[in-house]
Amino acid sequence: MSDAKSYDTYNTAAAPLRFHQETEHHPENGTLLGFWLYLMSDCLIFACLFAVYGVLGRSYAGGPTGAEVFELPLVALNTSLLLLSSITYGFAMLEMQRKRVNPTLVWLAVTGLLGAGFIGIELYEFGHLIAEGNGPQRSAFLSSFFTLVGTHGLHVSCGIIWLITLMVQVKRKGLIGPNKRRLWCLSMFWHFLDVVWIGVFSFVYLMGVLP
Amino acid sequence: MSDHPDLTKLIFGRLSWDAIPFHEPILLATFAAVLVGGLALLAVITKYRLWGYLWREWFTSIDHKKIGIMYMVLGLVMLLRGFADAIMMRLQQAISFGDNLGYLPPHHYDQVFTAHGVIMIFFVAMPIVTGLMNYVVPLQIGARDVAFPFLNNFSFWMTTAGAVLVMASLFVGEFARTGWLAYPPLSGILASPDVGVDYYIWSLQIAGVGTLLSGVNLLVTIIKMRAPGMKLMQMPVFTWTALCTNVLIIAAFPVLTAVLALLSMDRYLGTHMFTNELGGNAMMYVNLIWIWGHPEVYILILPMFGVFSEVVSTFARKRLFGYTSMVYATIVITVLAYLVWLHHFFTMGSGASVNSFFGITTMIISIPTGAKIFNWLFTMYRGRIHFELPMMWTVAFMVTFVIGGMTGVLLAVPPADFSLHNSLFLIAHFHNVIIGGVLFGAFAAINFWFPKAFGFKLDVFWGKCSFWLWVVGFYFAFMPLYVLGLMGVTRRISHFEDPSLQIWFQIAAFGAVLIALGIGAMLIQFVVSFLRRDKLRDVTGDPWNGRTLEWSTSSPPPAYNFAFTPVVHDGDAWWQMKQLGWQRPLSGFIDIHMPKNTGAGIILAGISTVLGFAMIWQMWLVAALAFVSLLAVAIGHTFNYNREYYIQAADVARVEAARTEALASHV
Amino acid sequence: MSAHTDVHAGHGHDEHGHGEHHEHDDGIGHVSLKGYMIGFVLAVLLTAVPFALVMSGGLKDPSATAFVILGFAAVQIVVHMVYFLHMNAKSEGGWNMLALIFTAVLVLITLSGSIWVMYHLNHNMMPALMDPRNLP
Repeated sequence: MSDAKSYDTYNTAAAPLRFHQETEHHPENGTLLGFWLYLMSDCLIFACLFAVYGVLGRSYAGGPTGAEVFELPLVALNTSLLLLSSITYGFAMLEMQRKRVNPTLVWLAVTGLLGAGFIGIELYEFGHLIAEGNGPQRSAFLSSFFTLVGTHGLHVSCGIIWLITLMVQVKRKGLIGPNKRRLWCLSMFWHFLDVVWIGVFSFVYLMGVLP
Repeated sequence: MSDHPDLTKLIFGRLSWDAIPFHEPILLATFAAVLVGGLALLAVITKYRLWGYLWREWFTSIDHKKIGIMYMVLGLVMLLRGFADAIMMRLQQAISFGDNLGYLPPHHYDQVFTAHGVIMIFFVAMPIVTGLMNYVVPLQIGARDVAFPFLNNFSFWMTTAGAVLVMASLFVGEFARTGWLAYPPLSGILASPDVGVDYYIWSLQIAGVGTLLSGVNLLVTIIKMRAPGMKLMQMPVFTWTALCTNVLIIAAFPVLTAVLALLSMDRYLGTHMFTNELGGNAMMYVNLIWIWGHPEVYILILPMFGVFSEVVSTFARKRLFGYTSMVYATIVITVLAYLVWLHHFFTMGSGASVNSFFGITTMIISIPTGAKIFNWLFTMYRGRIHFELPMMWTVAFMVTFVIGGMTGVLLAVPPADFSLHNSLFLIAHFHNVIIGGVLFGAFAAINFWFPKAFGFKLDVFWGKCSFWLWVVGFYFAFMPLYVLGLMGVTRRISHFEDPSLQIWFQIAAFGAVLIALGIGAMLIQFVVSFLRRDKLRDVTGDPWNGRTLEWSTSSPPPAYNFAFTPVVHDGDAWWQMKQLGWQRPLSGFIDIHMPKNTGAGIILAGISTVLGFAMIWQMWLVAALAFVSLLAVAIGHTFNYNREYYIQAADVARVEAARTEALASHV
Repeated sequence: MSAHTDVHAGHGHDEHGHGEHHEHDDGIGHVSLKGYMIGFVLAVLLTAVPFALVMSGGLKDPSATAFVILGFAAVQIVVHMVYFLHMNAKSEGGWNMLALIFTAVLVLITLSGSIWVMYHLNHNMMPALMDPRNLP
């Protein structure tokens, strides 16, 4: 059949084809790609939450509007904390690249503290809103607001737990291959959350206070 | 909760003896039967001291082949449960006319149709699809395992955990009465204050974690672990469809996770996203869940398109016609799958502009699917077709699926949809594509790859019995529903007044009985094949004269799959190796690097089950404990850096020598 | 979610025995102080401008302000992707970029599609309620 005919051309080639590899084949490590794909899926979770906010964000149900409840100076402070934590994580990566364990740990700790500060301010903001009777049960706008911002906050909290875990692991095992890979994954996670936050402060807060 | 939450409330939540359905004889009998059967199974396992074996060789295994088989077993077991629901519905609808109210009260009937849909999609079709991909893809691309073997085990157990929760709802409390997508406001806390919807939410969330991670895992596997030389356009078609399926899984399941999370916020925290008050909008739920739901349809069918492609080219003894167009059709479907979701709710009232956009995209998506059908036909044209069981299922698929596809295009026309939506016509349509496509594909695949997985073929006689009973039964069961749908009968109804409709339901019930016999024949086929396994033995590893790499290794394949990693030069790699007279290497074996088994996956999934159960019953203390221990075990697992070992060259040599001997004695 | 990300990240070879040269294969790229600093300065600027704009009262036309905010956000997302997430067309053989573009398209479809669909729904089904002031 035609198949067999086409294979003859292979046989006439100078060297016969090799059909197996005598040495062990090492496929590339897929962790970073896999983690990136996970982040993309996470991105779609946020896309849904943004879509819900986009649809319900003006359903005030007689309750307060964004302009009435958002405190932009607080949001600006929060944003700067997160932005600073991004660059400090970058410094940790630079130290990791220089194979210096302790400076890496210091910068990671700074990053974690900035993240904790971010969470603290967010909790303060939420607590304040709830105390004034503007909790997530008040209106669809506040439901979707709390859900979107809260989910981001939950991610940052998970990031902090992960960061602490990794600091212990780096302390114990040093900057070995797997730990470097994990640090790189957490770096992607952390910067990804920053990207999501850009969407949050632009789409929710800044546009939310517009008339 | 009260102001003074007492300890019992914190531990047991709203769980009490009332939750056990003592007053429902059907459920009680089922419960008793399951209990007796389960205890008998446990006794047998204990008597033959199989616990250690099962734990070491299966439950903690990270071997993609074993995990794949476990997925298939899960899917088939759940098929029995889902089908039990189906035949209960058919029976109810066949007798419940006029004064006869049937044997299922509406309260119970509503749970049955919800459970049927949920189980068939999430715990039958998904495990079967995932199991097939898990088993076949690494073998087809010449890999030793998947990219993240532990994650694979974890994913499987999370899927199982979801199935366990659904099954638990049968005996403890009740399941949702909302239909398989649990639209609010019916699924909201006001209309469904009981545990049914919570069972629904938590079982899908837990299983969804498994599905998503397995999607990431398999996609990375395909991208990173192909044998040297295998270019993308040389991948077997099944691998291609698996790639696109996993892209769809990664991009669609987060939407389901998000929308179910939002629904649980509404139910648990009293938010107003999908409620009828304070600005909530229930239609947003419908909109979002179908952004997941439509790609889900293609998640199920694309791998089956791959299966049919492999089967057709193998049994026509020809290279697949139009490989390139097949690949591009798959990719086009993958992208278009995200542009058609609104056709599930044309009648919602978005107006002409929106409806026509989605109607047109829906019609467009049928074009690549049609192209695939033609490719299979042209592959068969002038081929020397061997009508083995997989090929029979494939032909049945092509006929059935085309009918289902055409009724689908009909429903894509918004004005037609306005009169047909939510009618039995729709039910007939999607069963036509899901049974005719996914299930027939699954049976083709099981018959095709069974000898690879177990080393012996499946019995042909009982296979043919099962085939004919299923196919004939399908037409008897669903063609009447088309008729009824055109007459305006809507779905999910447990009682009818118009006696002229009864005959159609009786025909459908007869079809369901035939399908039941078909399932029985399939179970007999497994047993008979096992008993006659020496007669049906396949020593060559290549029982069908296959074309792709999985047929180049032994049946069943050794733990390491291939003694030497294959080098690929052609799309039909194994066919080319056979044509050019490749000789299996008999010496020079090397140590092989493999991942170690771990119990972390089943433990994490077990804790997740407890967490889900506690959240369903609002046992806050238990839930908190489960959550903390889940976190602790997960973090603890990351402290284990020592996850791999070597299979010694001597061991490889022993396994390969045994195969050499078997091959020699066979010829 | 953290449990899964942790588990996920924890997947490594310990003893692959290939030493340092293996690392580039693992996709761990090179980072530089310069890159981070450029990214940081740009990010600060791109954040500060829209905040200042809104906090100082915004443009006359609110929708113009909204477009400016969204524009800055889009640019800043690209900046973060390039300088912090080290996104380029070559990492992981282009798969990272492909995944990102695919995701971006889907995010766009999900967002704009949902808003489009729901806007038309509200418009057709409850026109009286389209004005937020009329909402109960």
